Amino acid sequence: MATPPNRRPQGRPAPAPGLVRRVDAFARLAFPGFSTAFLMVLAAAPVTLPSPVLAVTLPCVAFWSVFRPAAMMPPIVFLLGLLLDLLTLAPLGSGILVLLVLQAVALRFRRFLVRQSFLAVWLAFCVAAFGGALLYWALQSLLALQLPPVAPALHAALLSCGLYPAVALLLTRIHEAMLQAENAP
Amino acid sequence: MIRLSIPLRQALARLSLPLMIAAAFGVMLLGKADALLAERLRTHLSDALSPIYAALAEPTAAVRSAVEEVRFLATLREQNAALREENERLRRWHATALALEAENEMLRRQLNFLPEAAPAFVTARVVADGGGTYARAVLLATGPQHAIRKGQVALDERGFVGRVTEVGSRSARVLLATDMNSRIPVTLESSRARAIMAGTNGARPRLAHWPEGVIPVEGERVVTSAEAGAFPAGLPVGVIRVSPQGAPEIELFARLDRLDAVRLFDYGLSGIIPPEAVARPEPRPRRR
Repeated sequence: MATPPNRRPQGRPAPAPGLVRRVDAFARLAFPGFSTAFLMVLAAAPVTLPSPVLAVTLPCVAFWSVFRPAAMMPPIVFLLGLLLDLLTLAPLGSGILVLLVLQAVALRFRRFLVRQSFLAVWLAFCVAAFGGALLYWALQSLLALQLPPVAPALHAALLSCGLYPAVALLLTRIHEAMLQAENAP
Repeated sequence: MIRLSIPLRQALARLSLPLMIAAAFGVMLLGKADALLAERLRTHLSDALSPIYAALAEPTAAVRSAVEEVRFLATLREQNAALREENERLRRWHATALALEAENEMLRRQLNFLPEAAPAFVTARVVADGGGTYARAVLLATGPQHAIRKGQVALDERGFVGRVTEVGSRSARVLLATDMNSRIPVTLESSRARAIMAGTNGARPRLAHWPEGVIPVEGERVVTSAEAGAFPAGLPVGVIRVSPQGAPEIELFARLDRLDAVRLFDYGLSGIIPPEAVARPEPRPRRR
């Protein structure tokens, strides 16, 4: 996809050679999925805290779905959901559905959300996180045919709401860097 | 990269979410249908992730130990205060002990008390149990030139073991306190009552012949008595345990079932020396 040298715009740095540029683009495309998966694996590490895997996954998926939907495609979300189900002991499929529903909601409102302030996005995320946690709990009870306690789901939602600003701060920086890199050449 | 027309690509993009949701339901059904599938997948995943977690464990342990350290430092102050106070108390006790020692010294001098010489002892290795005339006896390997005499007292690192009954040129036999033929004069430490510790071939010798009016109390310490001149006074023997039948027995301090070396003390006593072992026509068949 390298532009021919004779049609290069004036006054800009030379574009990177083809392979490097493609690797760069792929890295930008793959970063959200891989970073989310890595965070989930870190969160699943056996420490004394209650497992915060769901609480870490929700902000990442929501953020990338709203701000960079091209990189957080439904198949990637599907795989992340599978990873979530395998890392936690939830019945297979419940995490996948929760993440996909979260993404669907985020995609539905993304044009509205992108223009809002950080606080409004956070509030919207809190509502979505509680909804997602309750859906997760409902799916688990449905698939296991027994009623697990609601408290862990609510804890996960609260933790997720609390984690969102930290995650969003970091991801916003990265997102801006990516935008700059994309607009530069 | 496969080049697709823009409308087709848009249609695919719009379809992928519903498709994926359908696939999620499919996975749910799959998970319900094959319950072991999830387990197998989880096992594979944890196999793949275990190196990551192993690498993570190091910094986690470091952080945890740092937190422990901080917590320990926080309690250090009150520990220090408690130790200081205890130190003060012990110092007072130390002074008391020194004063009592000095007083004791003075009283001894006034009474013209003859101090006991520190006993000489040799340590010998236990090479065999059983055998010989007695059911509970051990054989000691000694050097060719030794000064072991009959009647010496054998102790292990905890307490009284028995008495030397036979001495050969390179070995010695010790009759253990648990043997049926063993009778040891003892003193109950708190009531100062004399009694006899009689072996039964079992693990705990009986207490016998204690004076009337004295009741051996559970847990009371028993030491040897100097009666009859066979033993020095005050060697630690054991504690009283009352058997389920109500008879007082002695739980020995020494671990007679796992003796490896004993010390043979020469107190220079010659009260009651055991007789020469009677040679039997043939050795008794071993019970075990």
